[in-house]
Amino acid sequence: MLKLIAVLMALYFSSFANAEESKFVPKLDIGKGGQCVDEPQWMRKNHMHLLKHQRDETVHEGIREEKHSLKNCIECHASTKDDSVIAREDSFCVGCHKYEAVKIDCFECHSGIRKSAWLQRNAK
Amino acid sequence: MNDTNTQRRQFLKTSVGAAAVAIAPGMLLFDMAHGKSEPVSGKVRWGMLIDTANCADGCNDCVTACNRENGLSGGLSATDSQWIRKIELKDMRTGRELALPMMCQHCEHPPCVDVCPTGASFKRADGIVLVDKHLCIGCRYCMMACPYKARSFVHEPLNDQNPDVPRGRGTVESCTMCVHRVDNGQQPACAEACPNKSILFGDLNDPESEISRKIRSVASTQVRADLGLNTGVRYQGL
Repeated sequence: MLKLIAVLMALYFSSFANAEESKFVPKLDIGKGGQCVDEPQWMRKNHMHLLKHQRDETVHEGIREEKHSLKNCIECHASTKDDSVIAREDSFCVGCHKYEAVKIDCFECHSGIRKSAWLQRNAK
Repeated sequence: MNDTNTQRRQFLKTSVGAAAVAIAPGMLLFDMAHGKSEPVSGKVRWGMLIDTANCADGCNDCVTACNRENGLSGGLSATDSQWIRKIELKDMRTGRELALPMMCQHCEHPPCVDVCPTGASFKRADGIVLVDKHLCIGCRYCMMACPYKARSFVHEPLNDQNPDVPRGRGTVESCTMCVHRVDNGQQPACAEACPNKSILFGDLNDPESEISRKIRSVASTQVRADLGLNTGVRYQGL
């Protein structure tokens, strides 16, 4: 009987913890999502290093490997609703950076829109 | 025993077949998603030969193609970016008129690179002169150094850029020889758009390329050759 109570208590508290987490962690629109580079926790911590490394290789040496390219990130993580990683408060890039109070200037120059959507919009 | 063996053989045959089918499209997908992993080679030098005799007076197709490809407004005010301009020349003594497109000449010894204080202005191994906008502080020394007036400064915030052509306020920019297309095995947008095929794009270092064969056989000049910059863009019939 004691065991049962302990299990029930554990369940109760774990559900409480989950509710707590969902209240404070930003809810993101991850677009198509999926894991193509590394696991999400590692990516949360290290994506900026990958992007910065790739950016120098691409601009100066013309290496256009898609795996770590910003364009390829956007391809999967742009919202399925508006094809963007920056359009809304809960968009993939904006959501976290707002929560962490990190101001990024990538999108002052780079497009935050999926290439296919951009082409469709700018077709003449 | 014999029966089991044939069954086993059959199983192996079919599974090998299935694996082959599964691998073939998988490999294709992998190749497509891979992109270009090799750095550009110094063995190549991209260049252009512009045939002014074929460049039609009043035609602006190269300029509009450039604007569309790179997301330029097409405006002509002092603060609008212009990567390629159509120039009309007239020799006042003889009355001879000609038209030609003028853009970044992709020099071998670019003055813009010499003066850049941050290393943002640089020449790629394959001869294309670019601005690394991550490093550009917008000082505009390069604009002053360029004898061809080829560079523009972005004064206003921009949005809805081409995902392949990032551009932004506070940085200097110029013709990239459509580097995103060239890396993809395509021609620059202006060369592709010219209705008279008067912009010939190719590898100046490859003696068998069309452009090398042509500059071997016809007279071509560099604009301001006296500066000794060895431009990658050459003009025929100037």
